[in-house]
Amino acid sequence: MSEVAIRISGVCKRYGSLQALDHVDLEVRRGEFFGLLGPNGAGKTTLISSLSGLVRPDAGTLEVMGHDVVTDYRNARRNLGVVPQELVFDPFFSVRELLRIQSGYFGIRRNDAWIDEILEGLNLTAKANQNMRALSGGMKRRVLVAQALVHRPPVIVLDEPTAGVDVELRQGLWHFVRKLNTDGHTIVLTTHYLEEAQELCGRIAMLKGGRIVALDTTANLLRRFASHSLKVRVERPEVAVALGGTLTNDERVEFDFGGFDDVEPLLARLRAAEAGVTGLEIGEPDLERVFLEVINRA
Amino acid sequence: MHDPAIRETPLVGFLTLLRKEVLRFQKVGFQTVLAPVLNAVLFMLIFSHVLDRHVTVYGDIGYTSFLVPGLIMMSVLQNAFANSSSSLIQSKITGNIIFVLLPPLSYREFFAAYVIAAVLRGLLVGLGVWLVALPFVELPMAHPLWVLGFAVLGGAILGTLGVVAGIWADKFDQLAAFQNFLIMPLTMLSGVFYSIHSLPEVWQQVSHFNPFFFMIDGFRYGFFGQSDTSPWLSFAVVAACLLLLSALTLAMLARGYKLRA
Ligand SMILES: Nc1ncnc2c1ncn2[C@@H]1O[C@H](COP(=O)(O)OP(=O)(O)O)[C@@H](O)[C@H]1O
Ligand SMILES: [Mg+2]
Repeated sequence: MSEVAIRISGVCKRYGSLQALDHVDLEVRRGEFFGLLGPNGAGKTTLISSLSGLVRPDAGTLEVMGHDVVTDYRNARRNLGVVPQELVFDPFFSVRELLRIQSGYFGIRRNDAWIDEILEGLNLTAKANQNMRALSGGMKRRVLVAQALVHRPPVIVLDEPTAGVDVELRQGLWHFVRKLNTDGHTIVLTTHYLEEAQELCGRIAMLKGGRIVALDTTANLLRRFASHSLKVRVERPEVAVALGGTLTNDERVEFDFGGFDDVEPLLARLRAAEAGVTGLEIGEPDLERVFLEVINRA
Repeated sequence: MHDPAIRETPLVGFLTLLRKEVLRFQKVGFQTVLAPVLNAVLFMLIFSHVLDRHVTVYGDIGYTSFLVPGLIMMSVLQNAFANSSSSLIQSKITGNIIFVLLPPLSYREFFAAYVIAAVLRGLLVGLGVWLVALPFVELPMAHPLWVLGFAVLGGAILGTLGVVAGIWADKFDQLAAFQNFLIMPLTMLSGVFYSIHSLPEVWQQVSHFNPFFFMIDGFRYGFFGQSDTSPWLSFAVVAACLLLLSALTLAMLARGYKLRA
C-alpha cells in the first residue's frame, strides 16, 4: 500500500463570492503527526469537511488511504475518523449507547471490548452510562474523540479538539492522541494553541484565505522563519521603541534578530541612545512568531 | 493497533440507523405514541357524540364506525410525517446529523432507515387508536391486507415527505408551515370525516386530485369492503405517488441537498 495517508489535489470551494479553498494541494504520509494551522476563516474546517464528505468541493480530488472520498466513499470513510470542531451530541443516548450506535453505523457489531478501551484511554469509564446531556463540555469533547475512534480508523483528524477545554483535560487528550500516533495512526490536527502544535506536530501546513502559505517540517519552519527575539527591560521604553522594538504587555521591549552577531550592535545602539537597559532575555524561536510572520506576509 | 479499519458486516449500518430512529421515538413514547393516540380518541368521542345520529354514510354503517378508520389513517400519516421530519430537523439544528453523514452509509440506506422508522411509528400509533376504539365501536375488518397495505404505503409517503421537509427546513417554523399548509389541508380534505359522496359534485372531482383521498378511501375499504372508489385504483394511485416521491427524494439526497454543502 502507498505511503500516503491523505492526498488532496487542486481542491477549490467557493461559498457565494467567498473562495473558502483555493487550489489546495497537500499530502500527509502514513504515521505523520500533521498540523493544519491558520487564522479563523482560513478554510481549515472546510478542508477537513471536504475530506470527510460533509462538503463537496467545486474542483479537485481527495483521497484517504488511497480511496477517493467521492467515488470510493465507503472505503475512504472507513479509514477516517473525524473529531468535529463543534461540540455536537445526541441528547437521547448515554455515552455507551452512542458509541455502540456509532460502531453500528460503521457496520461493526459487538464492539464493546474496543469501546471499553477507548473509554478507559479517555478517562470516560465512569461516565459510560450517563446521558450525554449530563456531561460537561470537556466530557462531551472526549466523547466526540471516542466516537471518531470506534471503527479504528488509521487516519484521525481533530478539528480544534481543545477549544474551550481546561488545561488538565487538554494534556490528557494530547497524551492520548500522541499514543495513537505512536501506535501507527496518522494524525491531523488543527488548533489555536501553537505551543502545543509546535510540540506535537512533525510537519505543519499554514492556511490563509483558502491557500497553503507555508508547508514544511516544524523544525524547518522554526529555522526558516523565526528570528530570535531579544527582550530588554529599559528605563526609557520610548527610546527603545524608536530604535525599532515593540512594547510587550509586560512593559518590556522586544527586538527581532536573525543571528547572534546582531545582538551586540543592537545593545550598542540602545546604550548610545541612553535607553537604560536594566535587564535582558533572549527568546528561542517559537511557532507563535513563525505563524504571525507567515500569516502577515502572505 | 495498526490493523486496518474493521470489515463491516453488510446491512449493519442501515439496521443500526433504523434501530436508532426507532429508539429515538420509543424513548419519548409518551409524547410520540401515547399522546397522538389520546388525541385521536378525543376526536372520535367528540365527533361521534355530536354527529352520529345526523350523518349517514354508506347505508347501514354508523358514522362513528365510518369515522374510526379515517382517524386511524390520519394518525398513521401525521405521525409518520412527524417522525422523519422532526428527527431530521433536530439533528440538523443540533448538528449531530454529522454522526450519520460521516460513516459509510449510502444515501439509499439513509432514506430507507428514516422512512421505515416513520412507517413503524405511524403503524404503532394507528394500532393504538384501533385498539382503544375497538370496545366503543362496531368495526369490522373485511380485508386486513388492504388495511395494512394502505397504512404502510400511506405511512411511507408521509415518511418520505417528512424526510424532504426535515432536510429542506432550516427552522422549526418552516417545518410547521409545511405541516399546516400542505399536510393538514390535504389530510382534512381527503375524506377523514366524511364520504366524498356527501359532497357537491365539484368537490368530489377536486378530491380525486388529492392523493390523500385515495390513501384513506383504500384504507377504509379494508375495513368495510366498500368505499368511494375501487381499492385497486386507490392502490395504483398511492403506489405511483410513493414511487414518484421516493425517486425525487432519492435524487435530492444523492445531490446532498442541504446535508453535504
Ligand atoms: N456553509 C458555509 N456557507 C458560507 N460560508 C461558509 C460556510 N462554511 C464556511 N464558510 C466560510 O468559509 C471560510 C472558511 O471557513 P472555515 O473552513 O470554517 O475556516 P476555519 O476552520 O479555518 O476557521 C470562512 O470565511 C467561512 O465564513
Ligand atoms: Mg474551523
